[in-house]
Amino acid sequence: MSKGVIAASRFGLGARPDDLKTTKHNPEAWLLDQIQGPPRLHDEIQRLPDSAAVLVAVQDLRRQEREEKNKDPDAAKTYGRIVRRHYTEQTNARYRAAAETDHPFHERLVHFWSNHFAISADKQPIPAIAGLYEKEAIRPNVSGKFIDLLLAAEKHPAMIVYLDNQRSVGPASPLGKRANRKRKDREIGLNENLAREILELHTLGVHGGYTQQDVTTLAKVITGWSVGGTNDRGQFAAGVPGTFEFRETIHEPGAHKILGKRYAQAGMKQGEAVLRDLASHPSTARFISTKLARHFVADDPPESIIDKLTTVFLRTGGDLAACYEVLIKSEEAWLTVYNKYKTPHDFVVSTLRAFNHSPGNPRFITGALDLMGQTPYRPGSPAGWPDTAAHWGGADALYKRIEWSNTVSRIVGSRVNPVDLGDAILGDAFNPETRKAISRADSLQQGMTLFLASPDFQRR
Amino acid sequence: MLNRRDVLQSVGLAALAGGMPGLAVATTKSNARFVLIVLRGAVDGLAVAAPYGDPNYKKTRGELAIPKPGASDGLLKLDGLFGLHPSLSKVYESFSAGEASIVHAVASPYRERSHFDGQDMLENGGTVVGGTRDGWLNRALAHVDGAAGSETAIALAQNTPLVLRGDNSVTSWAPSKLPDADDSTLLRLQRLYADDEFFATRLQQALRSQEIAGEQSMLDAAAKRGNDAQQFAELMTSAARFLTTPDGPTIAVAELAGWDTHANQGASGGALANRLAALDTGLGNLRDGLGDSWKRTVVAVVTEFGRTVRVNGTRGTDHGTGTAALLIGGAVNGGKVITDWPGLGKNDLYAGRDLLPTTDIRSVFKGVLADHLEIAPAFIDREVFPDSATARPLRDLITT
Repeated sequence: MSKGVIAASRFGLGARPDDLKTTKHNPEAWLLDQIQGPPRLHDEIQRLPDSAAVLVAVQDLRRQEREEKNKDPDAAKTYGRIVRRHYTEQTNARYRAAAETDHPFHERLVHFWSNHFAISADKQPIPAIAGLYEKEAIRPNVSGKFIDLLLAAEKHPAMIVYLDNQRSVGPASPLGKRANRKRKDREIGLNENLAREILELHTLGVHGGYTQQDVTTLAKVITGWSVGGTNDRGQFAAGVPGTFEFRETIHEPGAHKILGKRYAQAGMKQGEAVLRDLASHPSTARFISTKLARHFVADDPPESIIDKLTTVFLRTGGDLAACYEVLIKSEEAWLTVYNKYKTPHDFVVSTLRAFNHSPGNPRFITGALDLMGQTPYRPGSPAGWPDTAAHWGGADALYKRIEWSNTVSRIVGSRVNPVDLGDAILGDAFNPETRKAISRADSLQQGMTLFLASPDFQRR
Repeated sequence: MLNRRDVLQSVGLAALAGGMPGLAVATTKSNARFVLIVLRGAVDGLAVAAPYGDPNYKKTRGELAIPKPGASDGLLKLDGLFGLHPSLSKVYESFSAGEASIVHAVASPYRERSHFDGQDMLENGGTVVGGTRDGWLNRALAHVDGAAGSETAIALAQNTPLVLRGDNSVTSWAPSKLPDADDSTLLRLQRLYADDEFFATRLQQALRSQEIAGEQSMLDAAAKRGNDAQQFAELMTSAARFLTTPDGPTIAVAELAGWDTHANQGASGGALANRLAALDTGLGNLRDGLGDSWKRTVVAVVTEFGRTVRVNGTRGTDHGTGTAALLIGGAVNGGKVITDWPGLGKNDLYAGRDLLPTTDIRSVFKGVLADHLEIAPAFIDREVFPDSATARPLRDLITT
């Protein structure tokens, strides 16, 4: 199996029919080129509206409908329709970009980090802004410093709203004190959601050495990290609507101690200082390195590659491009066995690329991914989608892949010869036995089903 | 034309499909069947089992009050205090046969009002939203004996619900909206997969599930039409097939959404009544499909939290706290409403608006796990429901 083939499927998003001609010359250089900073945006991603405008519009609509519903229970459900329209537009742009990009390694990294800093469309109004979050917070930062990516993600309104940080009020903040004096029956206070996920999922990892006390303290430190003008009860309406807003009035004042270190900064600077330290913590380095190695090498990656990545992460202060370079130059990443079982997302994207096809009807893609259990932008929890065959390798899940392969083959019909396609996109990774089985199929259509469902194509 | 069974047996893989028959016999008590049905969206427990005997019932419920037992469209009498919703006629048959109980005024430890977080806590089994990444039923599987080489539990859902996610392997099945691949293609795929164990075993398991679920299943047809009431009814028929398959799963989880009745909830008839009828039909199908196995079955029907006692401005109810849970099955020590009834008086309500929870839902789960699935209480306290010392298991839920 040659390196050009591995580069296209393991690091990239799967080859298009002509891609191997490019990747075979100097696969490492082809990959390194893609992490020199973000490439030009795909037109459809470029055209997407700002998340601030969308967030404000849908929140207004929701408030308005609530008021109308009080008078007329059957008031039109415009909110749901508008949110779905945004979601469809954003998923469509995402999958078109994935199908068409000449920088598939960069694009894979966008998907990887979007999943690391996961938000989920099963909570409103996330479906309206999930793709915009990916565009604004993740996409520009995947080859920069980890701290910049971290700050961009935690400060994005989508993350703040998803994990309720706009509701978190410091008990000793001016507003917290006033509110609790007024209403004895109900205490207004901290919401630990975002603080917990920062520690557990975004930086140190669950075994990274923090305590519940650290979670609570971090929650205090980031009180006031909020969104301008979006509260649906009209409270806290200051700031530019739909953008990050630091609210002094709900920020818990005073110095705080996290992981044994005292932070005496005032206001937002305090939280930023904590995140800066978290971003360069050895636990974070190892946690991120393990996830990268798991994504590119194997479900249980060898310690050697994790060690190499951790070392460079710490030495460079979390320079992500330097980490990718280590990965690209490590022999562990070029093993000629395909260790990774594709996720449904990988499978669908690589199928689109194999046919050089951009989805015309976005429902076809979201429908397929929904059926296979990986609805776009909807992992169901802030932990994101798992990255192992243990999760994706269910029996029913495989059957659904076969059914989908069959459906795609019906659409493609006899227009493409599956043996030729296999030669073009798998190159010397095309198992001769698979090739033989496909060439003996009843029809081109059946052969295509066999090809898409083959172990050769289902792994990367 | 080949059928699935022929496909299974055709290429010498039948041995794989059935494992080694002599060895795969279920061990110890694994005759017990357990089904968990999660009703997503917060069910109004006061409509499921209405406290018609409570002096404040008619007053507080207003137009949502269901007529007394005996009246036209009236409740089905459970006891002097409670009546079952008239849509739940099959459940009532089981109740009358001593095979169903209502546990009333229950709630998880969750006291806020988000569906998302409420379901998370109901399923993670802890006291913190997002506190664990696995579910309590998955953790319990470590102490449930199953057939060798096959999964003990099945999620009858597109995505495995949190309650069943975790380290212990579970299987899944859901109806498909896509056309089946034809048998000739499946046969060729089996040959293609023969040298790759990962793919070969999974395709074999999948074909087995397809066979159990029925090839031209009504369910696929219902899925294609998007009628989810009918889908649920058919899904329960499939659940029964899975649970009665030799060496098949003994535990199943299913879910039904559509309970968030903020507007036009209705009383004896209407939106909620239709939803309850769908649940009732499904439970009836499950009972009928299980046949003899019903005797060894407990079905727990639960929801994330209840709804407000009073009617809101849109003839519905808003997110509340205490609600009702249903236990049904031949192994249920039933025919009773289990409750420490808090009352509906103004000062009885939680936060002045909700049914006050007096029983922790984990007490119900712990009782079922201990007495039905025979899991050691120490293990339940330590691993399945940590931080549940205040929730003592209810120990009279199951027949002995």
